[in-house]
Amino acid sequence: MKQKSYKRKQKISNGITYAVLILISIIWLFPFVGLVLQSFRSYDPKVEYGGMVNYLIPKHFSLDNYRFLFSGQTNFLKWYGNTLIIAFFVAIFQTIIVLCVSYALSRMRFKGRTFLMRFWLILGMFPGFLTMICLYFLLKQFGLTQAGAVPGLILVSVASSGMGYYVCKGYFDTIPKALDEAARIDGATRARIFFTITLPMSKPIIIYTALVAFMAPWCDYIFASYVAFGHDSSYNVAVAMTRWVWTNDYQGYFTRFCAGGVLVAVPVTILFMALQKYYVEGVTGGAVKG
Amino acid sequence: MIDIPQVAYTAHAIPRRRDFTGHLIDKYLEEVYMASKEKSSGTQFGAIKEIGIAFKEGNFKTRISYLIMGLGQILRGQFVKGILFLLLEVGFISYMIAFGNSYLSKITTLGTVTTHKEGRITVYGDNSFLILLFGILTIIVILAFIFLWWLNIHDNYQSEQLLKEGRHIPTNRETLASLLDKNFDKTLLALPVTGIFLFTVLPIIFMVCVAFTNYDANHQAPTNLFTWVGLANFAQIFKIGGNGFGSTFFKVLAWTLVWAFFATFIDYFLGVAVAILINKKGIKFKKLWRTILVLTIAVPQFVSLLYIMKMFASDGLINGWLQKWGWISSPIPFWTDPMLAKITIIVVNIWVGIPYIMLIATGLLMNIPEDLYESARIDGATGWQMFRNITLPYMLFVTGPFLLTQFTNNLNNFNVIYLLTQGKPQSMALSNNAGHTDLLVTWLYKMTVTDTNYRMAAVIGIMVFIVTAVVSLVVYNMLPSVKDEEGFQ
Repeated sequence: MKQKSYKRKQKISNGITYAVLILISIIWLFPFVGLVLQSFRSYDPKVEYGGMVNYLIPKHFSLDNYRFLFSGQTNFLKWYGNTLIIAFFVAIFQTIIVLCVSYALSRMRFKGRTFLMRFWLILGMFPGFLTMICLYFLLKQFGLTQAGAVPGLILVSVASSGMGYYVCKGYFDTIPKALDEAARIDGATRARIFFTITLPMSKPIIIYTALVAFMAPWCDYIFASYVAFGHDSSYNVAVAMTRWVWTNDYQGYFTRFCAGGVLVAVPVTILFMALQKYYVEGVTGGAVKG
Repeated sequence: MIDIPQVAYTAHAIPRRRDFTGHLIDKYLEEVYMASKEKSSGTQFGAIKEIGIAFKEGNFKTRISYLIMGLGQILRGQFVKGILFLLLEVGFISYMIAFGNSYLSKITTLGTVTTHKEGRITVYGDNSFLILLFGILTIIVILAFIFLWWLNIHDNYQSEQLLKEGRHIPTNRETLASLLDKNFDKTLLALPVTGIFLFTVLPIIFMVCVAFTNYDANHQAPTNLFTWVGLANFAQIFKIGGNGFGSTFFKVLAWTLVWAFFATFIDYFLGVAVAILINKKGIKFKKLWRTILVLTIAVPQFVSLLYIMKMFASDGLINGWLQKWGWISSPIPFWTDPMLAKITIIVVNIWVGIPYIMLIATGLLMNIPEDLYESARIDGATGWQMFRNITLPYMLFVTGPFLLTQFTNNLNNFNVIYLLTQGKPQSMALSNNAGHTDLLVTWLYKMTVTDTNYRMAAVIGIMVFIVTAVVSLVVYNMLPSVKDEEGFQ
């Protein structure tokens, strides 16, 4: 009898849980569904309007907005290419730098090691955009603003990436030191240990670091807009498309923004989903170690 | 699971006995050498003393290095090190003559000659910006050079003593090889540290200095000069009334703290709750629920947040629907009413934050020993009691440091605020371009980009730093996992 009532209770509570989860899913998916649906709304002024409307499902489905993006009326392909280039190179260089710093801090004991770690921790407490004008000036000296904004942004993102070593170092710390010591007794140099023992064992963290580094430039608005200011062909997607939403003159660009957003989100999301296992591993490990 | 590759124990890897003892002796000597090294340079005082002793007792090769860096090493056959030191000295001297000296001499005034016109020709005067930036750089270069000079003496004296004792000093080949072994840390860190110095340290020092100058829209380099003003900017930020920023500053600061508090803790508790729901026994499609939530992390924020911003706009989908259905007659001012805008931001941020917390909590919840719940259940504990007395303390204990970083990240959460409201709505209650949803960092951004009021931007930046540092220090020392590391282990 008691068993039965327990089971019934279980059923009810599971039912409530399902209801909550379904509600959550709807809320969480809604913006994405809306984005996709509205991106297919016809832009032809005779049929429908490209601005804000009070219905979700378009009355006329069409590829107008996508056609517009590829038509060369805007620099969309250029912006997309810029972002892709930035993301690609930042991912590669940032990963290399983070791995180097993490290995040195995790495995080697040298003078000034704790000082370096504390110093970087304190540096990290300054807001990033504090230094914007100074960085802008430095980049300008090398001709890396406006027309040269793309390499400039790569340089800035990569240059200070060494400070983001926490997660990766935490991972290296979990690789047993006994392995290193065994190899050292066999006469392997530190460099050899790094390349032949540590790196091959660090695939998850390498992918995590590269993935996070690759994703960041897609949202980089702040610094990108400052460095590329006024030079349309060096904008990244975030800077360029944000204008379409913010300015009221761009009312009619809303559905175009949606289409652009879909084109940006789809590849990034697919990549992320394919590698999400490593991402989860990275954030979970990083969170527990602080 | 991580695959651990087998270390290949081939013939050469197994040391022959003689090699092995040889290796041990080498290792022992290395340790003794390191110990002696540490002893002699243990303190700052010892380092200074060493300079004197080395000069008094050193031979010709050591002494000549006081003037010409690296010559001693070259004379001892350590060309790699010697030439490097020599080049550094040459580089330093030419830098100072060609460049550093002129900037350094003007750093106290930040320039005196304004750019002006003589007839039709523009005569360029001093550029305060460059003077300040390169003045700081020069000071750092000088300090670095003094350190290198000491290092050069130290190295010379060390080698001299080793030779005196009849031991061998590293050859060129060994010096280079050590960069891949004993000194591999220097190889690895050289580039990252340089990058951080040039693109983080130098700019931060520069901006901290700007906080003590009058660098703003009226004192723009290169046409106008700016100069040191002491603590005037700090007085202005706290001053209430007149040209003071005080009333606005404290309001923005208060909202920043309120925002960070809500954004951190609401997201945290709801995130843990969602994780518990998904983890619940008997719930199917766990992966599906998680994947749906994780989409938020995957899609670039500027796409999703801008879309949501438009969704809540006065002509947006939500207001459109509500009006169409006749629930409201005029649009709800989600982004234009100060209070409502704040609430909307916090609510939208829940949408952003929950998936992230959910991911982290899911892994941790599985770590809680099942027998804890089992025994609680036997004692007749309800679900809520178990959550309050087992799950929550455990989660808080493990994720304490993470919560702290979340909090400080939220203090500086630029993207969510800026993409949703750009700090708006603005009103007369706030001066200097600040809006009701502006955080200190978004205000700083506006001040840099829109107002070009660099001096106040720098002051606000320092304030953000102080707030972050104080919160971190205070909270960090209160964390149970710091106070009591063994607590849950």
